[in-house]
Amino acid sequence: MSYTYYPGCSAKGTGRSYEESLHAVFGALGTGLAELEDWNCCGATGYPAVDAAKAAALSARNLALAEDAQPGPGPVDLIAPCAGCYRALLKTERTLADGGTIAARVGGALGAAGLRYEGRARARHPLDVLVNDIGLDRIAEAAVRPLGGLRVACYYGCLLVRPYATFDDRRAPTSMERLLAAAGAEPIDWPLRTHCCGGSCYCGGPLIGALPEATLRLSHRLLKDAKRRGADVVATVCPLCQFNLEAFQGQMTREFDEPVDLTVGFFTQLLGTALGLDERALGVQRMLRWQLPQPAGVVGGAHVRD
Amino acid sequence: MGSSSLIIPPGQAPDAADGVLPQFCMQCGTCTVVCPMIEYMDHSPRVLNAMLMAGSYDDVLRSRAIWACTGCYTCTVECPKQLPVTESIYALKRASIRGGAYPRRFITPVLARQFVRLVQRRGRSSEAWLSLSLYLRTRPFQLVRYAPVALRMIRRGRLPLRPDSLREPAQLRKVLDALDATAEEEE
Repeated sequence: MSYTYYPGCSAKGTGRSYEESLHAVFGALGTGLAELEDWNCCGATGYPAVDAAKAAALSARNLALAEDAQPGPGPVDLIAPCAGCYRALLKTERTLADGGTIAARVGGALGAAGLRYEGRARARHPLDVLVNDIGLDRIAEAAVRPLGGLRVACYYGCLLVRPYATFDDRRAPTSMERLLAAAGAEPIDWPLRTHCCGGSCYCGGPLIGALPEATLRLSHRLLKDAKRRGADVVATVCPLCQFNLEAFQGQMTREFDEPVDLTVGFFTQLLGTALGLDERALGVQRMLRWQLPQPAGVVGGAHVRD
Repeated sequence: MGSSSLIIPPGQAPDAADGVLPQFCMQCGTCTVVCPMIEYMDHSPRVLNAMLMAGSYDDVLRSRAIWACTGCYTCTVECPKQLPVTESIYALKRASIRGGAYPRRFITPVLARQFVRLVQRRGRSSEAWLSLSLYLRTRPFQLVRYAPVALRMIRRGRLPLRPDSLREPAQLRKVLDALDATAEEEE
């Protein structure tokens, strides 16, 4: 089984360890990921605020390129790990399928550049692929170093399940909990898991975001609650959420009454750990903080099954 | 589309081409209750809808509320009438930029436009480039505040300073130019 991979801009920057751990995990599970050639920006949340047709055209070009790379009548699964890119691609698929003014204009514009979108390419999130294509049984089997009851706060953020719930519930998703439980973790009950972190204020939280104080407050609310509920680590599915929740904990601690100091990683890093992959292959050295409690059953640094 | 005038005839949606403005809002306020950004808005989403239905487009387009929206779609999911609230706010953002109505001292629209310029030029975004240009434009003195985080990210190879570009930028340029041409036709 092989998929086309759409990294998105953050996978080459703040979210590099997301890309690294994604490749490592898919490799370990024998699933290929071939990067889409010459992909462009998805338009994120900035482009639709300026020009709806161009925002659709950006993702349409990526979808058309994915179809070019995989000719033939069958569907093309384009894996987009960033929740922002994922939503942009899904939105474009729907806009073009609806056949309105924007669809006609975008179709014409693609044609002017020698491109065509047939509707075969569709965005998939790696969480969906891992849970529904590869399957939890295979994951549990491959988890040679189970996470030993690690208490994970599974954070979905906004755009993975909203507005389009393609593989999970829009209000109460469970895919990540099921996946990481199969890898030996003990996901905590966390109602805030689909609340906005504020980082989507167009790319990258308080560093770039337009309302730093709002972003800090929303993120702090999430981390504080995860901590109170006994989380050891927060698992994310989006590079913007990850960066936003990880990088500004110092600021949050200074500005709000309750200090926070939590490891915030990508769900692929935790899964990769359970698969026995090397920390460097999972990009752990790039994290600003990475402290997982020693799992139960650890002897001499090596995890063993009980 | 593409009108530079801020005055919109009553009864005509600012971005009619999108066809997404809420017309049958029953004012229950669910959107407002669930909005994570409500404390940063001058008008709540419910009030924005009331203003739209009353034809006060100019005031809506001048509000900072539409720029405080993070686009998280919670209101869209929870709206009992299934109105596309978030998409409407995107449409209002576009109308606000087109009409030059956005609040001058509010930086979200500046960010959106900087982002668009960067992607138009290079085909990809650069987090470092975008944040630097934004801070230089809007609040240079705050650069110091976030410099330590940026340095830590650079040291870990997570903030590449050289902006990424497409190998064949001409193709994307053609697509975007073709859209400029059809936008002009429609005016």
